[in-house]
Amino acid sequence: MTLGVSKKEKIDDLAESAGVSLAASAWKRLRRSPVFLIGAVIIGIFIVVSLLSPWLAPHNPSDPMLIDQVVKARNEIPPPQPGHPLGGDLQGRDFLSRLLVGSQQTLIVGVGATLIGLTGGLILGTLAGALGGWVDSTVMRLVDVMLSLPSLLLAFSIAAMFAKPSQFTVILAVAIVQIPVFARLLRGSMLAQRHSDHVLAATALGVKKGAIVFRHMLPNSLSPVIVQSTLVLATAIIEAAALSFLGLGNPDDRIPEWGQMLGDVQNVFDTHPHLAAYPAICIIIVALGFTLMGETLREALDPKNRR
Amino acid sequence: MALLEVRDLTVVFQRKGEEPFRAVDGVSFDVEPGQTVGLVGESGCGKSVTSLAIMGLLPKRGAKVTGTVSYDGTDLLKLSDREMRDRRGRDLGMVFQDPLSSLNPVVPIGLQVTEVLERHRGMPRKEAMIEAKNLLDKVGIPDPNRRLKEYPHQLSGGMRQRALIAIALACRPKLLIADEPTTALDVTIQAQILTVMKELVQDLGTALVMITHDLGVVAGLCDEVNVLYAGKVVEKAMRHPLFSEPRHPYTHGLLASIPRLDAARGEKLTPIKGSVSDNIPWAQGCAFAPRCPNALDVCVQVTPAEEDQLGRLLRCHNPVVPGTPAAEEVPV
Repeated sequence: MTLGVSKKEKIDDLAESAGVSLAASAWKRLRRSPVFLIGAVIIGIFIVVSLLSPWLAPHNPSDPMLIDQVVKARNEIPPPQPGHPLGGDLQGRDFLSRLLVGSQQTLIVGVGATLIGLTGGLILGTLAGALGGWVDSTVMRLVDVMLSLPSLLLAFSIAAMFAKPSQFTVILAVAIVQIPVFARLLRGSMLAQRHSDHVLAATALGVKKGAIVFRHMLPNSLSPVIVQSTLVLATAIIEAAALSFLGLGNPDDRIPEWGQMLGDVQNVFDTHPHLAAYPAICIIIVALGFTLMGETLREALDPKNRR
Repeated sequence: MALLEVRDLTVVFQRKGEEPFRAVDGVSFDVEPGQTVGLVGESGCGKSVTSLAIMGLLPKRGAKVTGTVSYDGTDLLKLSDREMRDRRGRDLGMVFQDPLSSLNPVVPIGLQVTEVLERHRGMPRKEAMIEAKNLLDKVGIPDPNRRLKEYPHQLSGGMRQRALIAIALACRPKLLIADEPTTALDVTIQAQILTVMKELVQDLGTALVMITHDLGVVAGLCDEVNVLYAGKVVEKAMRHPLFSEPRHPYTHGLLASIPRLDAARGEKLTPIKGSVSDNIPWAQGCAFAPRCPNALDVCVQVTPAEEDQLGRLLRCHNPVVPGTPAAEEVPV
């Protein structure tokens, strides 16, 4: 076995065992928290549904099978009927199927945007927190500028910059907006670590700078960032829906997406409110689920609440 | 030549728009190989800053360090950051005050020991683990194999400090600086830790700089003692003469202030009047003068020089005459 491999293994099981104590005590409290359980159940159902939606959906979500009714009755929207419990949409596609399959897009956008935002934030936050000095100032001023703009407005501007909107541009726009939140949070806890006794002790042992940052400072700074990412999932889902609603999302409406479904039915909202209500309720419930989970996680991981 | 020669070490903290503050003011002392030297004084007298300055751990900005700290002939203050980093942990070890916060909470003890061994002795991980086990064994941690895998919070306070000592001594540094290593521990554990340090220092021939405010620690461990006040050494003597005949009124006061078990019932404690902040700048006289029972007029006019008086280095215009009982009784 080479040294490199053994080192990597060590670091892997280090990362795993790192959370054990904190995670164990947090889990103990989480299990007793009904709020966490509600959030976890919502998210659990959401993830299962979105993964299984191709099989759960009774019809093909992009097949205009009820188009006859739309055409015959002059833009009448197909009402609920046998085989189509929620009726059809403006193009005569089965609404229930679209709603189910739409959860996939929401999951992809939410997780994708959060992961990209988290990665960007980790890089910037680590740079600022570890190097300090002018790097810190530059990064933090950049973060300040981004945070001074309303996040939704910033996401719109970024999404609108792309000539061809697609799902990826939505993810990117939402992700970029989340970067400063993560960066600032990580930088703050890295700074606190930098002046901690164990970092001084490691320095006094001649440990190299890289090892100090990645072994001593970063692992101790991560827990607020992890909590933040569950909260950001909710924000990301809402912002992605907002972008699609305003037409900055994927123009191809064969792939259903909740925000886009909301946007499509704007003109018929007063006659057919249920078409807007269903996707809206879905978005709200999923966002609520992530928020409940994130909030309880934050409380559970807060060292001040530890016994 | 001594292993460590500190000459005229001065640390000035300077912040924009504020008066510069001399935390350490021309401190000089030598440490011979295998010798234990104590730096004693109350909080704020510059003990810890002295140790951080020797290790080069003071922030580059805001702290101005002058003088020389020569270790084996090289001036540590002139070394580059990289050279200094290579020496820390290998040539100079350090043990800090609070054993819990000085260990990384998310890294198992074993990895924290092997980290230094890999860094300075270039050992492969496996070999380092074996060495780490031996080290924990040596500092008296029972069942070292199990402890290597545990996290700092799973160890008791005494064991944590033992682990830190093991880490500091892992690369057999010739000099160990211990900054109040027993302050955060309870008294029974303190004694154990001191014994461990004493034995290791003797076995390995390590020179030890012991920073403490606990005169009991000094009495048990140190060969030579430097008493610091407001950043200057006010009395420097070997252990026995210092304890039997303290000459500086400050040392005298420190010794007199220790509560005695054999004191008569109802006997009052004898503190040193005032607090460390009641001082005058050394430039205008003796910083201890406002609190000194022996103060003369000259004490607030002329800075006392460090002189070889009465068989020791002393910075005082009016030293205590041997045999003087404890300073005047102050009601508590």
